[in-house]
Amino acid sequence: MASVSEAKSLVLDRITHRFASGTMAVSDINLDVKGGEIIALLGPSGCGKTTLLRIIAGFIGQSEGRVIIGNDVVDALPPNRRAVGIVFQNYALFPHLSITENVGYGLAARGVDKATRNKEAQRLLDMVQLGPFGERLPRQLSGGQQQRVALARALAIKPSILLLDEPFAALDKNLRLDMQIEVKRLQRMAGTTTLIVTHDQEEALSMADRVAVLSHGHLEQFGTPSEIYDQPQTLFVNSFVGTANKMKGVVVATDAGGAKVALEAGGEIIARAPKPVSASDKVTVCLRPEHLTFVSDDTGFGGEIGMALPLGATVVHEIKAKDGTSIKISQARTGGTPLREAGTPVRVAPLAAGLATVFPE
Amino acid sequence: MKSATAASTTAPRDVTSFSLGLALPLGAAFAIFFVLPLAQLFYLSLHNDTAATVWGLGQYIKFLTDPFSLSVLGATLLLGAEVTLACLVLGYPIAWLYQRSGSRVQTLIIMIVLLPLLTSVVVRTFAWIVILGRQGIINSVLQSLGLIGTPLRMIYTQGGLIAALAQVQMPLMVLPLITAIGRIDPNLSDASASLGAGSWRTFVKVMLPLSMPGIIAGCTLTYAAAITAFITQSLVGGGQMLFMPMYLYQQASTLQNWPFAAAISIIFLFAVLAIVALFSTLGRRARGYGDAR
Ligand SMILES: Nc1ncnc2c1ncn2[C@@H]1O[C@H](COP(=O)(O)OP(=O)(O)OP(=O)(O)O)[C@@H](O)[C@H]1O
Ligand SMILES: [Mg+2]
Repeated sequence: MASVSEAKSLVLDRITHRFASGTMAVSDINLDVKGGEIIALLGPSGCGKTTLLRIIAGFIGQSEGRVIIGNDVVDALPPNRRAVGIVFQNYALFPHLSITENVGYGLAARGVDKATRNKEAQRLLDMVQLGPFGERLPRQLSGGQQQRVALARALAIKPSILLLDEPFAALDKNLRLDMQIEVKRLQRMAGTTTLIVTHDQEEALSMADRVAVLSHGHLEQFGTPSEIYDQPQTLFVNSFVGTANKMKGVVVATDAGGAKVALEAGGEIIARAPKPVSASDKVTVCLRPEHLTFVSDDTGFGGEIGMALPLGATVVHEIKAKDGTSIKISQARTGGTPLREAGTPVRVAPLAAGLATVFPE
Repeated sequence: MKSATAASTTAPRDVTSFSLGLALPLGAAFAIFFVLPLAQLFYLSLHNDTAATVWGLGQYIKFLTDPFSLSVLGATLLLGAEVTLACLVLGYPIAWLYQRSGSRVQTLIIMIVLLPLLTSVVVRTFAWIVILGRQGIINSVLQSLGLIGTPLRMIYTQGGLIAALAQVQMPLMVLPLITAIGRIDPNLSDASASLGAGSWRTFVKVMLPLSMPGIIAGCTLTYAAAITAFITQSLVGGGQMLFMPMYLYQQASTLQNWPFAAAISIIFLFAVLAIVALFSTLGRRARGYGDAR
């Protein structure tokens, strides 16, 4: 089995793809993935995630740009010569072949003899805890089991890159968590450079070393889960990953990396500015519900309680700001946290400076 | 409680089963117009003399010991096999192309494939005679191009007959194939490629086994249609080639030997049934999905 040291890197260099129908599915994507990393491709439906995977696997030839695996530009190689393993969203197991034959399929294509093939298939099936199921046909397995077979089949060829297209979408919550842990364990063991497509942000943040957030075919941000969550570079990332309250305002002053914004809802707020803004720009300020608190002084902005939602471990209050914006504030529920009555006038401010982020309109 | 419910309500109607009464009209028609004549045919075949008065297996013995009769049966079954093979080899790429085309091309393919079915068998057969004949289109084109001196013999040959039959029978092969190929998940061939298989391996190991249900259905239909195609066989095949339908016709209507004709029919029927059974056994053996569920 490939050790971590020989895991190959993957570079996407200015990848653009336009379908014959004219749809611009991905545009100008640059990704630099180190050998052995797990990367999540995160984005809403139709943003081009599958298209990007299919380009890497070689099923679609991109309109522009290069795919580089290890030190080789692979654009001229057909899919069967790229050594890219792929787990399809619907698993795509061969329905007429037994589980063992499915897992051994790639080895058969490489001319490995049957005995060796079956032994290796058995080893992989044991690894995904499906040892006794080799004789069965795919339709005789549950969805989660089929998914593990698909994973074993992809790993059997010792791919230099492993691609997973929404591998857990069809699984229920418990099984999904089990499989996420399983895949991460197998990936660590094999040391294979891995790309996981998902539109589930929790999955992306929990599984990946780095996350690439896509929107409308553009790469919005590529960074570690904490960078993505704590220092979103664009308004899209801030609102797509986690939840964000959005408030409109105008910049009154700027300093290095930050700005003071006068909110339309009244009050002023100091916010981090990942993209440069200048005085009197119209801007959107993003505030995460868990970064807000009730204050008794005149910092932050005012409003009145709309609704209180006790959600178990947290309490969420919905606040109507002066300009009508609806703001959510989420607090850990300690013994003494009172639920506030609807209509109570309150003032709300960020827990600390720099927790708000400002984006140009 | 239980008895009270039973008394007040009737059992809910089982919506998944229908009364057999609905099948009665067709069943009756089947019995009167198919089973009964077949039984009569069988009865007739069990007589040794032309007038059907003496019981015996003489007609069967006569057929099965007569080299000429057996050669006619053999030639007919062989013709069926050749036409079926021609349809399969030509039809599979058409069905494949259909599944990979846009909807306009698909309509065009279906039109072209179905066209022979929409023309009268007699017209279509004479068209083949015009095409294949001594002074036919192919020969005159080849001659005017100076490629051949004397006209090629195409009409009244096995090859010409196979071409004519294959054209007519093509829809029976292509339509089931289109359905079967269309049901194959397109991701499977991508999966196969990503696992390192070239296109030939992908075809042999994945596409072919998974289109087996369509191949079996197509072959069965084509085979049955080809060996019983009386008009095409007689007109394009000509007088020198004799196949079972014509043989049967001669015995019954020219020689008025009804018991022998009946025995020929029964033997022919069982020969065909045996081959159809063989096809479906092969299909089940091929472990294609869609069976043994
Ligand atoms: N074969 C195709 N021809 C034309 N347009 C296509 C084709 N495949 C995808 N598209 C378009 O390209 C865009 C990106 O599609 P893609 O399948 O990559 O999205 P995705 O991010 O995987 O979405 P999802 O999360 O729903 O799977 C979409 O707008 C889609 O409509
Ligand atoms: Mg997708």
